Amino acid sequence: MTDQQPAIRLTGLTKEFGAVTAVDHVDLEIAAGEFFSMLGPSGSGKTTVLRLIAGFEQPTDGTIELFGQDVTKRAPFDRDVNTVFQDYALFPHMNVIDNVAYGLRVRGIGRKERNERAARALASVRLEQLAGRKPSQLSGGQRQRVALARATVVEPKVLLLDEPLGALDLKLREQMQVELKEIQRDLGITFIFVTHDQEEALTLSDRIAVFNNGRIEQLGTPDELYERPTSRFVADFVGTSNLFDHERSVALLGRAGHHSVRPEKMTVTHDGLDGDGVVNVHGTVVEAIYLGSGVRLVVDLDDGTRVTVLEQNVRGRAHDDERGDRVVVSWHDDDVVPLGTEVLPGISG
Amino acid sequence: MTTHAPAPPGAPVPAPDRTHSPVPRPRRTAARAASVFLSTHPRTRLALLLGAPLFWLGVVYIVALVLLLVTAFWTVDSFTGEISQEWTLDNIITVLTGSLYQTVTLRTLGVALLVTLIDVVLALPIAFFMAKVATPRMQRILVIAVLTPLWASYLVKAYAWRSVLSQDGILEWLVAPFGGSTPGYGLPATIITLSYLWLPYVILPIYAGLERVPDSLLEASADLGGRTWPTIRLVVFPLVLPAIIAGTIFSFSLSLGDYITVNIVGGANQMLGNLVYTNVGAANNLPLASAIALIPIVIIFGYLFLVRRTGALDNL
Repeated sequence: MTDQQPAIRLTGLTKEFGAVTAVDHVDLEIAAGEFFSMLGPSGSGKTTVLRLIAGFEQPTDGTIELFGQDVTKRAPFDRDVNTVFQDYALFPHMNVIDNVAYGLRVRGIGRKERNERAARALASVRLEQLAGRKPSQLSGGQRQRVALARATVVEPKVLLLDEPLGALDLKLREQMQVELKEIQRDLGITFIFVTHDQEEALTLSDRIAVFNNGRIEQLGTPDELYERPTSRFVADFVGTSNLFDHERSVALLGRAGHHSVRPEKMTVTHDGLDGDGVVNVHGTVVEAIYLGSGVRLVVDLDDGTRVTVLEQNVRGRAHDDERGDRVVVSWHDDDVVPLGTEVLPGISG
Repeated sequence: MTTHAPAPPGAPVPAPDRTHSPVPRPRRTAARAASVFLSTHPRTRLALLLGAPLFWLGVVYIVALVLLLVTAFWTVDSFTGEISQEWTLDNIITVLTGSLYQTVTLRTLGVALLVTLIDVVLALPIAFFMAKVATPRMQRILVIAVLTPLWASYLVKAYAWRSVLSQDGILEWLVAPFGGSTPGYGLPATIITLSYLWLPYVILPIYAGLERVPDSLLEASADLGGRTWPTIRLVVFPLVLPAIIAGTIFSFSLSLGDYITVNIVGGANQMLGNLVYTNVGAANNLPLASAIALIPIVIIFGYLFLVRRTGALDNL
């Protein structure tokens, strides 16, 4: 493995389905050993990019390079990438060990050796005791691990994961997130992870590409995407944002262009806050939603702007904000993120 | 959750409109009372649901079959031609030991096996194309194309083949330039015609079976390094085997019982069905006909037993 080459390099990658352009001239480099997420709403093209890398679809235009080698025209079975499918795609007529050994079997490795290797892969996902079961006898989380073992046993250079945690319940998903991260660190291979769950992407990834309408809207570390979104779409899709269009920005912030402020960067008090760069605006509480770890307050500012404020449930916090209360919403000027001036269709203002 | 600015100011929620008349409650009718009764009496419900079909299955179907079985152990008074209800194994022994019956049984079995083999070989690629390659529109057209021949009369189709296979028929005209000739009437013609007749019955279950194999399984196999042939052998074939067997049960059992096609295109050859027909009609020997009719039943039971032993029906 040459460290200089990126694991994946996409150049001008385009995929059209009839009149629909699912992927629109995507250029992207993913480094070796990176945990890379492709995040976006459904229909944004992220899954199509994954399927193009796997070889299940042929691009209309553009190239796919794997460690410097052009694999655009190669069949899926000739590419050193493996996929964990959204529905796991376990072979229902084979037991767990045969499922995991399948990739070794079609490579002509003898039964004894492939069963040993498959058993090791199963042990790495702590399922060795279920080797004889059929997939239908497993729980969702167990199937997910079998799919992971089956894809990693053939030692791919890049592992593609298509919303692998989507079908699991919350507790299990959080547990699997930790395991995925550990497995990726142990194997040291590149993970490309497709998800529509922004929290999952933020938790797991080294870098994230946010997809929208077949294009990459923004590429960056979780921190960059969350703290400094460059467009309204990203500010809106990654986390929750209070968006201020140009007019509101001029009126409230004295700045031109669109801006956003994260709900947790805002504070609600009765008298306002002092300090340099602090903005205080009066408003009325419309809704107070208790979240356990905090309270989400929806406040209508006096000029009609509705904002959401997230208050942490910390010692000494005032618990008495109620619907109809008059309050002051405050934020610091440094926490205002400029989003440029472009006007997105569908967002009024 | 996202908040867009500017949001509409917190307008008061309009009060629900109370001016329209209230939603009417269901009226108490006899039908409704019956529904209520049935919903609280599951056994009555089940009895009403299954009564008619069980009567049909029990009386009309099974009794007829048992009568057939019983008749095989009776005999015919050779003088009066009346059936005499004396128990005897003579018919069974005749059928098992008579060289005519042995020859015809083997011939019928051979024809049925060949027809089944040909149908499976033809049906697999057609069904695969229909289920996995064709566009949804093409898929519908093909399903209709496969079903359409079933609307035409069996006799018409058999006679059509008689004309195709005749000495001056289309087949002769087609292959003569290449030095071939029509097989004429005989067992090959019977096999060709029967294969044609039963092909839809084999295509449809295999097509349905392939439809149930998710595309992601084929992708998973390719993804793990499986080329076309390993994918078919290790993934597709085991998953559609029950469907293939369902199709073969149709073509095999229908071929075993056929006697019209062989009459029309089979030349002088006879199959088991012809023997049954002759014994019921011309020879007026219903007990012997019943004994002959037991042969395909026994063969089919044997086939089902074999299939069951392979475990192919476990996933049905």
